Amino acid sequence: MRYLCLIYEDEKWWEKASKDDMQKGMAEYTAFTESIKKSGAYVGGEALQPTTTAASVRVRNGKISTTDGPYVETKEQLGGYYLIKAKDLNDAVQVAARIPGARHGTVEVRPIMEFDQP
Amino acid sequence: MIRLLGDFDLAEEALQDAFTAAVERWPIEGTPANPRAWLISTGRFKTIDRLRKRRREVPGEYDMPQELTESEDYDIADDRLRLIFTCCHPALNADAQVAMTLREVCGLTTEQVAAAFLTTAPTLAQRIVRAKSKIRDARIPYEVPTRNDLPERLATVLHVVYLVFNQGYFTRADLAAEAIRLGTLLADLLPEPEALGLLALMLLHDARRATRTNTAGELVPLEEQDRSRWNKAQIQEGVALVERALTSRGFGPFALQAAIAALHAEAPTAAATDWAQIAGLYDVLNRAEPSPVVELNRAAAIAMRDGPEHGLALIDAILARGHLRDYHLAHAARADLYRRLGRKAEARGAYMRALELAIEEPERRLLQRRLKEL
Repeated sequence: MRYLCLIYEDEKWWEKASKDDMQKGMAEYTAFTESIKKSGAYVGGEALQPTTTAASVRVRNGKISTTDGPYVETKEQLGGYYLIKAKDLNDAVQVAARIPGARHGTVEVRPIMEFDQP
Repeated sequence: MIRLLGDFDLAEEALQDAFTAAVERWPIEGTPANPRAWLISTGRFKTIDRLRKRRREVPGEYDMPQELTESEDYDIADDRLRLIFTCCHPALNADAQVAMTLREVCGLTTEQVAAAFLTTAPTLAQRIVRAKSKIRDARIPYEVPTRNDLPERLATVLHVVYLVFNQGYFTRADLAAEAIRLGTLLADLLPEPEALGLLALMLLHDARRATRTNTAGELVPLEEQDRSRWNKAQIQEGVALVERALTSRGFGPFALQAAIAALHAEAPTAAATDWAQIAGLYDVLNRAEPSPVVELNRAAAIAMRDGPEHGLALIDAILARGHLRDYHLAHAARADLYRRLGRKAEARGAYMRALELAIEEPERRLLQRRLKEL
């Protein structure tokens, strides 16, 4: 099974972090990524730029509308993701729990919907 | 420079470097044949140096803009259009679009833009910094949109220009003039029917600027304005633009509103205005872009055509649906119609409600005068 681990963290933390904290934080992520690459769980993953760079796109009646945002007033924002392979949800949760962001933010684990090949 | 570098701040630094170099070298070497090209190519080389240095300090942080190695012809007009479309990109929030346009396209200072929008300079500066970072980080392209995207994107730009115009409607003739300058630029470079329509609309409204308020700073309603003092040259220009817009395919709400403004501007008196045609144009406008405000204006035109009671019934129907209950002009319009019917008590109630909601000083003064006269 594949699972998408969505990492919600306070993006302000990264903005305010000192150079040392920032380097520590980055190093933790690098180490985690290396570890799941070695274990074979890693499929993909990226960090995202902050929500201030986001655009929301909708198509209604064939017309594209682009807007600023979304700016939901939440403490935690989607900041990155890992796509992993795991035996089952418990296994996936074990991996997700080791994502550095899980210690101060929230990691949402979502099974990938697999469509049957026709 | 912004187009070459994809970054407002880098472009500003580059230009500053170029001007510094010019001050040092032009007096010695003489002014180059094409000063603009000289400044741009100098700024560009200075930026390459700067980026190389930064790259050594912080590896991987800056992408070297690709276009820097290509030579290009510079077209001032095209660049201004690109700048407008970038500042009004729909991924920027509405406040940022207006602030960026006034600051970067019109060249107003941060303090001037802040004063226009009743906010402080630091707040506004921050809004601009955020918008510039977003343009850089999300990579909002510095270009005029393709034919396919143009109608939507142009609509955003025209909306920003109209916001600037309205901000200057009563008290800031300078902002209105800035908006007309922008509108003229757009109509020249991109003569789409709606661009022509917006310019016409602004010219026609602005032609009445001198008569819209009296010396006491009180709003003068259309029927009491001294029509001999309207700016006739500007009205002619506006009317010609409306005709051009209405005969092209794809005109929309701005051209229709301009057509209505043109009928008012050309009428010799309020009574001799072609109210039937105005009511008809509001019908078309309401189909093109349905809104309770358009319905309210349509009701006012119908009141002039068929009598106050017809207009009142239409306005009451809008309010009964729950729309415009906090919109001062809806209550002011009801009050005027009751006044014309001689129903003083109802007129008084409606004027009071309008006065509670009105913010602009000229409008408040007119409402107070009407109340006193009852």
